Amino acid sequence: MLRGHRTWEFENKPVIISSATVGGPFEANGKIADDFDLLHEDLWLGQDSYEKAHQVLLEQACERAIEKSGVPKDNIQFLIAGDLINQITPSSFASRTLSFPYLGIFGACSTSMEGLALGAFIVNGHGAKYLLTGTASHNAAVEKQFRYPTEYGGQKPPTAQWTVTGSGAALLCGEGMGPRVTSATIGRVIDMGMSDPFNMGGAMAPAAVDTLEAHFKERQIDPSYYDLIVTGDLGKIGHDVSKELLKKHGIELSEEIYQDCGLMLYTDDQPVLSGASGCASSATVVYGHLLNRMKAGELKRILVVATGALLSPITFQQNETIPCIAHAVSIEYGGGY
Amino acid sequence: MSSNKKKKLTPVQQQYQQLEKNKETKRPVLANSIKAFLIGGFICLIGQTIQTAYIYYFDFNEQTAGNPTVATLIFISMLLTGFGVYDRIAQFAGAGSAVPVTGFGNAVISAAIEHRSEGFVLGVGGNMFKLAGSVILFGVFSAFVIALIKSILIQWGGF
Repeated sequence: MLRGHRTWEFENKPVIISSATVGGPFEANGKIADDFDLLHEDLWLGQDSYEKAHQVLLEQACERAIEKSGVPKDNIQFLIAGDLINQITPSSFASRTLSFPYLGIFGACSTSMEGLALGAFIVNGHGAKYLLTGTASHNAAVEKQFRYPTEYGGQKPPTAQWTVTGSGAALLCGEGMGPRVTSATIGRVIDMGMSDPFNMGGAMAPAAVDTLEAHFKERQIDPSYYDLIVTGDLGKIGHDVSKELLKKHGIELSEEIYQDCGLMLYTDDQPVLSGASGCASSATVVYGHLLNRMKAGELKRILVVATGALLSPITFQQNETIPCIAHAVSIEYGGGY
Repeated sequence: MSSNKKKKLTPVQQQYQQLEKNKETKRPVLANSIKAFLIGGFICLIGQTIQTAYIYYFDFNEQTAGNPTVATLIFISMLLTGFGVYDRIAQFAGAGSAVPVTGFGNAVISAAIEHRSEGFVLGVGGNMFKLAGSVILFGVFSAFVIALIKSILIQWGGF
């Protein structure tokens, strides 16, 4: 079960029996629009506030995942969810609608994999038969929380990233058909003294590298074990920096197998500067695009390292540095287990 | 970053920040300055046109045409903000659209729109000057200081 210091290997290999993703208008024009289950034309989603729209995103992803699995709603035991808004209200409010026993978590943009790791741990230990985990982010609601008003004309530097409007949810079960969660490495909080909130990728890269290193060491595997290793939302700069750091630490990864979810969502001509960020960056790419590719047989083993910057608008105004975290979860499908 | 802050960093942190700095896409300062100069100048040109129009077509002179001109520019910036265009211009123009009075208008209006969902009193009213408030505060304060210096010089200097 526990391997090394902070890696869990799940001997029962919980199965992701279904997953669903929801996206907004910007994502609908992106690179992987076909992999979304539901795309919204309107950023408001027909609600009267962005916060409510944020909540609806998560509700819809959860409902769609349940629908796709065919499992009766009453059979689902727990929901593990989180987001970036104060007091994680969108997740809690969505749980009010869905009315599952609920565990709210906060891991900033690493929430997706934090939820999947915890969920897999619970299912693996027979703590639940069916467990749902998901996360969401909404561009306007999150920007309002962390930055300036959405319509404010402040010029963003090239290191800034674009918060994804979207949501992803996965339904875990102890048995069944589908991609399996095989292991998870929990991240440490790493702070390299970076303090620019417009350069999250640069701040988060060392956390991703730390978790990756620990994962390979504790599982005693070579990076080549995986067909694809993706980070959550490092963006262009974070991705380059993390590659350089890995190289320094003796881990060489090629551009084909080491990628970033934040660079997979949007086309090059979309004005996202350094790439995508937000809880939904890793959630939508992994629970949609990557699981679809696994089911199509393109990928057998993937490792997802979701990265999160654990800052608040108050801490950066008080000149605090940005502590970061990254959680890694491996997902395998077809043969080899 | 101040050198004071740098001192508190551990060697590992310093080393990392050095590496990160090399990979970072720099702000294109020269290109940004040129864009800001051109767009800022263009906004001023519009302002000048409006002012001249007020003087030419209405009963204003050079002193009194200032207020309606500013009001018109703010009105235009309000419309552009409401239609979601101003922030796009700003991403291109930078300081060019932030420094003129239209930027001030945009700061007020964008905050008002943003917090409409929290109601008129606590939302719009309470947050409208969230960004522009410090401009008003320090603008008034520095005007006060300058006025004070001027008065003192006139009193004592005798000119």
